[in-house]
Amino acid sequence: MKFNYGNKKITGVLTVIPANFKTFDEEMDNYQADKARTKRLKLVMGYDRHHIVREGVTVSDLSVFGMEYLFDKKLLCKDEIDALVLVTESPDHFLPPTSNIIQGRLGLSENILCLDVNQGCAGYIVGLMQACSLLEQDDVNKVVLINADILSTKTSKEDRNSYPLVGDAISITTVEKTSEENPICGEIKMDGSRSSALMIPAGGFKMPSTPETAKMHEDKDGNRRSLDNLVMQGREIFHFVQTEVPPLIFGLFERLGIKKDEIDWYLFHQPNKFMVEKLADELGIPYEKIPANIVTNFGNASGVTIPMNMTFNIGEKLLNEKFKVCLSGFGVGLTWGAMVLNIGKINFCEMTEFP
Amino acid sequence: MKKVIEILKEIRPEFDFTKSEDFIADGYIDSFDLITFVAALEKNYGIKIKGTEIVPENFCNLAAITGLLKGHGVTDEI
Repeated sequence: MKFNYGNKKITGVLTVIPANFKTFDEEMDNYQADKARTKRLKLVMGYDRHHIVREGVTVSDLSVFGMEYLFDKKLLCKDEIDALVLVTESPDHFLPPTSNIIQGRLGLSENILCLDVNQGCAGYIVGLMQACSLLEQDDVNKVVLINADILSTKTSKEDRNSYPLVGDAISITTVEKTSEENPICGEIKMDGSRSSALMIPAGGFKMPSTPETAKMHEDKDGNRRSLDNLVMQGREIFHFVQTEVPPLIFGLFERLGIKKDEIDWYLFHQPNKFMVEKLADELGIPYEKIPANIVTNFGNASGVTIPMNMTFNIGEKLLNEKFKVCLSGFGVGLTWGAMVLNIGKINFCEMTEFP
Repeated sequence: MKKVIEILKEIRPEFDFTKSEDFIADGYIDSFDLITFVAALEKNYGIKIKGTEIVPENFCNLAAITGLLKGHGVTDEI
């Protein structure tokens, strides 16, 4: 699906990370592979530490904390919010929607629309599309987009394939109407026939969690996980990203009539450093324009890696300057998408820690 | 410059890579070993292997790896 929006802009970005973190080195003993082999992986993939929630902390806890931070600092006013879009794969409950829970805990107006969207790695693109679509309504002037995931709680600590890269975090992005033309253009694709490449098999209605689904099994590579845990077919996901994402971005640039060097920053989802650098090579982008340090410092929190790229790498710059950026997210679904927009001189672009 | 087999032995010293025709199916290297191996090849031979080339067919045995390296202009003893 190709999409184009106008007269909308991102006006603020906050990311919230749990203060609690673990380093790759201290978790190395959890994995079956020998230490030398695992250390080589650390260097190539860029693993160092990941921030993960303490037991019992939920997506709504992190989201309410972030929203109250913005209210307290007068960076956001409750009365201005017309819609709350939450993109998450780790809702507090199957029902009610976690966005409603957040609304209730914050005491937001009954007149706002609360919407949960089940998306992950491409969730920032999908969330911005939702926000922009809502802003087409006459009475909607400001949408709060929350991307949030705490998938460390569903990933086996003995799974070297997934656990080192997973991080927990949320982001809050405000999207508003503007009198400037400010085009936001992109394309998104989905392929549900490959959905099993990244999934949590049990815990839903199709396969409820039972003592049987909680039993740990070892795969041929020595990773131990249960059916209640996240499972990722690493090789398939890597190949999917390398084959599908570059043509989509080249096609988007051609449609928009722009050249790749007109983009100031490429802010991509970051499953690991190696994958991002291989994408940069394929796209012919200098590494300085495509930061790849989010996994190293925080872990991969699904749809939060793109906004975290903004707050961690160019937060100060985004307060004072304007840039043309290309965003790209890819992963669960399978889903892959990209978006080109101008962003800058925004009201806030910062990070904070959930204690 | 290290030979391919030396690089493979550094990653999985417990295997004799001359004895397998399919390193991946035989469990000699998993998907993450493959990434480590690609990074080591790039450093050792000064080449860039494309992301789309990182597929089992190009790394399943010594002949396949030799073919891939030759495609990248590596003419030294492999």
